Amino acid sequence: MAEEQKKVPSRPMPKLTELDTGDFWHATKNKEFKYQQCANCQTIVWHPRAHCTGCVDGDLQWKTSKGQGTIYSFSVVRLSYHPFFRSKVPYAVAYVDLDEGPRFLTNVTGVEDPLTDVHIGQRVTLEWEEYEELSIPLVKPV
Amino acid sequence: MATQSRDAAIVGVYEYPSRDVEGKVNPLQIKAASAAKALADAGLTWSDVDAIYDASEGAPMSGLMISEYFGIKPSVIDTTGVGGSSYEFHAAHALRAIRDGKAKVALLTYGSTAHSSAMAIGAGGRGGGVAPGDNMESFAGQTLIANYAMVARRHMHDYGTTSEQLAEISTATRYHAMRNPEAVEAMNDLEFLNIRETTIEDVVGSRMIADPLHLLECCMVSDGGGAVVIASADVAKNCAKTPVWILGTGEATKYPQNGADLTSSAGVESAPVAFGEAGVTPAEIDIAMIYDSFSITVLTLLEDLGFCAKGEGGAWVEGGRLRFDQSGGPALNTDGGGLSSNHPGMRGIFLLIEAVRQLRGESSSQVNDAKLAVAHGNGGMLGGRHSAGTVILGGD
Repeated sequence: MAEEQKKVPSRPMPKLTELDTGDFWHATKNKEFKYQQCANCQTIVWHPRAHCTGCVDGDLQWKTSKGQGTIYSFSVVRLSYHPFFRSKVPYAVAYVDLDEGPRFLTNVTGVEDPLTDVHIGQRVTLEWEEYEELSIPLVKPV
Repeated sequence: MATQSRDAAIVGVYEYPSRDVEGKVNPLQIKAASAAKALADAGLTWSDVDAIYDASEGAPMSGLMISEYFGIKPSVIDTTGVGGSSYEFHAAHALRAIRDGKAKVALLTYGSTAHSSAMAIGAGGRGGGVAPGDNMESFAGQTLIANYAMVARRHMHDYGTTSEQLAEISTATRYHAMRNPEAVEAMNDLEFLNIRETTIEDVVGSRMIADPLHLLECCMVSDGGGAVVIASADVAKNCAKTPVWILGTGEATKYPQNGADLTSSAGVESAPVAFGEAGVTPAEIDIAMIYDSFSITVLTLLEDLGFCAKGEGGAWVEGGRLRFDQSGGPALNTDGGGLSSNHPGMRGIFLLIEAVRQLRGESSSQVNDAKLAVAHGNGGMLGGRHSAGTVILGGD
């Protein structure tokens, strides 16, 4: 209990044991952004899962993104009560469209001021935040 | 109008008055107190209820628990839980159950102590979820408000919508709230500053919470609850109050998808079904009870419901046409809305309650000769996974 209280608040970490998305997170240890495409119907499935949403006899294959994308929309958070994020405001949350198709939620990093330096349509590249067992896929402007 | 079927009507409503219960009652007690008052409003009692609807937010197996707590023996049990729009879904399901002859009197209840139990909602921490979607998203620290803000940001980018235009939603609902004594008391109890009618400048000058949404574009977090009683035509004609008929309903969901347009909601799918069933058009609607979690929710939904074309909402709301005493558009959220009257987390039931007050002539911002209302609930997150429930209501 006392030990818990002394812990520095951390970013909420994904669970490697989650059965649909665990393989994605395992691959991030090597800074690989994996996504699935069905070899049968070509559907790009995101978020990762065990079945194809495009057909009922799906054959999902893992592919690796080149890590380039475009900001679809974003918001700069000014108020958060989360123990980790409350000290990070203002920070940018964004939906990013990877060039291969998947749209994922992330943070924009590597900007001096998120209030002026983040834009819809901005080209971004993956920027990994490394932890012991996995890495977090953030983005930074190209 | 002649072809409309009138199989089920709302015959009893009650909105729990307190927005700050100070730990003296719990959500289940709010549900029961509201149910008793709504049944009394209809001239009915517990033993008349043969269909129970609950959003299953309070407890596992809520269909069992709530029946026992109320002391009723329903033959239709529905625990559809799709967030704040659950009650529009319940109204739709009750209409079908009654039309099928499976039930005669349906009871919908809601109770929440989101404020007094300091529930983290809008800017609260997310994360720790194990559902696959959560496991991909929680690392980013997206607050609920930021999710809606991303819709607003994209709407501004695609259509040139401005913060001043979004502020029209906030000023219209506050205009109505100031005429509703319970809303004024709510704002006092929740320690709002400067409780008065607001201007566009007030809204855009309030502090930014998640760009581009300002404080006065965000709903309150209150305690509260309510109940709605829906009855078959033969029961309705003997009830104490004038029936308000359920003329049409529509249900839909939307969730994050690659390449999807964030500026449209699932309302695009639920609304045409509801309007089609009712045989009416948006231009005929007098009262628009639209889930105002945030200003952008209403602007998006006005477009999705067909009051104006996609992208034109910003210009359309200018000039105060959503106020109850202005022409050229429906009166919006005449109780004061979630922005200025009541938002304990799932506001959908209040959309039905105030629509009924208007169609009975009982609102504190009464529209003269109001005949048709739409109640549209959005559950979940507008810029993420969400549900849409549209209900068209008509006076007797």
